[in-house]
Amino acid sequence: MSSRMTLILVLLVLALITLSSSLFVVDEREKAVLLRLGQIERTDFEPGLHFKMPFVNNVRKFEAREMALDAQPARYLTGEKKNVIVDSFILWRIDDVGTYLTSMGGDQERAALRLSQIIKDGLRGEFGRRTIQEVVSGDRVTMVQDILKEANRVAEGFGIAISNVRIKRIDLPSEVSSSVYTRMEAERERVAKELRSQGAERAEEIRSDADRQRAVILAEARSEAEQIRGQGDARATEIYADAYGANEDFYSLYRRLSAYQNVFKGDDMLVIEPTGDFFKRFNDANQSLQ
Amino acid sequence: MAWNEPGNGGKDPWGNRGKDGPPDLDEVVRKMQQKLGGLFGGKGGSGGSNRPSQGSFGFGLIAVIALIVWLLSGIYIVEAPERGVVMRFGQFVTTTMPGPHWHLPYPIDKVEIVNVDEIRTAEIGYRSTGVASTNSIPSESLMLTQDENIIDLKIAVQYRVQDAAKYLFNVRNPDIVLRQMMESAVREIVGRSKMDFVLTEGRSAIANSTEQLLQSMLDAHDAGLLVTSVNMQDVQPPEQVQSAFADVVKAREDEVRQINQAEAYANDILPKARGQAFRVLQEAEAYKSQVVAKAEGDASRFTQVMQEYNKAPAITTERLYLDAMESVYSRSQKVMVDVENGGSNVLYLPLDRMRGSSGNPARLNLDEFNYPTSTSGNNSSTSSSASRDDVRSRGGR
Repeated sequence: MSSRMTLILVLLVLALITLSSSLFVVDEREKAVLLRLGQIERTDFEPGLHFKMPFVNNVRKFEAREMALDAQPARYLTGEKKNVIVDSFILWRIDDVGTYLTSMGGDQERAALRLSQIIKDGLRGEFGRRTIQEVVSGDRVTMVQDILKEANRVAEGFGIAISNVRIKRIDLPSEVSSSVYTRMEAERERVAKELRSQGAERAEEIRSDADRQRAVILAEARSEAEQIRGQGDARATEIYADAYGANEDFYSLYRRLSAYQNVFKGDDMLVIEPTGDFFKRFNDANQSLQ
Repeated sequence: MAWNEPGNGGKDPWGNRGKDGPPDLDEVVRKMQQKLGGLFGGKGGSGGSNRPSQGSFGFGLIAVIALIVWLLSGIYIVEAPERGVVMRFGQFVTTTMPGPHWHLPYPIDKVEIVNVDEIRTAEIGYRSTGVASTNSIPSESLMLTQDENIIDLKIAVQYRVQDAAKYLFNVRNPDIVLRQMMESAVREIVGRSKMDFVLTEGRSAIANSTEQLLQSMLDAHDAGLLVTSVNMQDVQPPEQVQSAFADVVKAREDEVRQINQAEAYANDILPKARGQAFRVLQEAEAYKSQVVAKAEGDASRFTQVMQEYNKAPAITTERLYLDAMESVYSRSQKVMVDVENGGSNVLYLPLDRMRGSSGNPARLNLDEFNYPTSTSGNNSSTSSSASRDDVRSRGGR
């Protein structure tokens, strides 16, 4: 009984070992290649549990997800022969895992190196055809699409699919940057001067306008003032004429007498011949009136 | 932080379980066997004939217990902010919500837990080193604008996992890829904008466009990430040109100041001018009123005297004449000369007496003091009132 039990146990263990070496799991994130004595037998495995022949088959697994490859920043020459430093990254994945294994030996570093070379060539071509302005502000999608098409044609041979090339950074070399800064400074200076002059211009306008308004206000007031004075004088003249014109003889007497009194004032010395109306009775009380 | 982020391998509970699970289970079974063996062994010692059947029974019990333990190892708990991604032999089965769950035990099912509610942050152009301190990274923050100027821009993106399965299965290291995409997106948007726009009113527009572009890129690669917000931390001109930019701000202030000063000047002189104008007008009005009033007064006085004169012209003439002459002679120094008798005599004027006075000697032909016979027109002199006190009426002759 006991030895039978042991036998069962041993058989069970052996069965488990055989089973485990003839099964393999493919994860969602993996692509598997089934090799038979080094030869590729099958590559189209869905995620899940799969069988293989123990000892005859072996399995290699590769990354199935998209991977980002951060390419080293590199100098490119634009259409107008300006240097720019471009930092880009590539999103890629293993498309045909069999081709990938044979061409790259499944070595991801090698693949990355090849990829960055392909993209560099593509970028060099595209940058050479564009000005810096077009590169910086132009439609990056179309530019990248041209590169992608060409790069994918090459990458297909390695079992790789490039899904995107993104230009991360376009920088000017430091010697160009400093000239850009100088230009920016000059530009700001221009704006500052313009603003200050505009201020002065506007201020002068306001001042001169105020001065003009003041002059006009005063001149108009003076003009009106003279009119008013004239009205006053005219009215006074009219009043005098009306009053004095009523008896011109009396006015003549009245005015003259008043004038004599005004003219001979104080201690004027008068040399008088005692004749005339005033003195007609000075010498002779009975002298008859002339 | 994601469970499967690189460098955090130690935190990956499933990795641990993958390695440590089987030994655990074996150990448990072994321990149980030992204990039970000891128990049954003790019993066996008392009744040796029962041993084989008891061993068979013990083996079955072990197997049952081992099976129970194995099945129980499939229990797992998903915390509130997390989702569990269940895979059966590596194939995605389902995503489980927070709460206790059970999966088929170890070799069959596997669960990866992803924190989906955690807000993750990627910073471009700077790194937060503390609550208030940041380190800026010029190589990331300096970027070209459309008009080939360089600006210094710091921006942060906040995002979370939208779909745990996509997050795990579609892109390797999604958080790193998002960073790269973000950097690319913000530079593309800034590259399409002019510097002045970016520095002034364009801040939120840039953030919005960047957010949209980044999300569309993430969606294109099915990364399972959702951008919740993009925040512009800081936009400014590069350090090298900041003083020039500051000067423009100052210039703008100067412009306003100059205009304000000019307006102050205008506001100062114009009301004064208006006041002055009013004064000029008022003075003119005053003159007018004064002149008219005086004319009316003079005229009224003349008219009243004239009315009396008209009643007795001869005597009034005589009286007025004599009054006036009296007034004139009484105030003056007089020298009488008899023309008819002393015409041949030499007239000696008392010059010593005359010298005492400042007035000029005047020789008058007194005939002119006779009645005025001809009118000398309208003399509208306004000083006629000066004689007012001297022309007094006297009754009779």
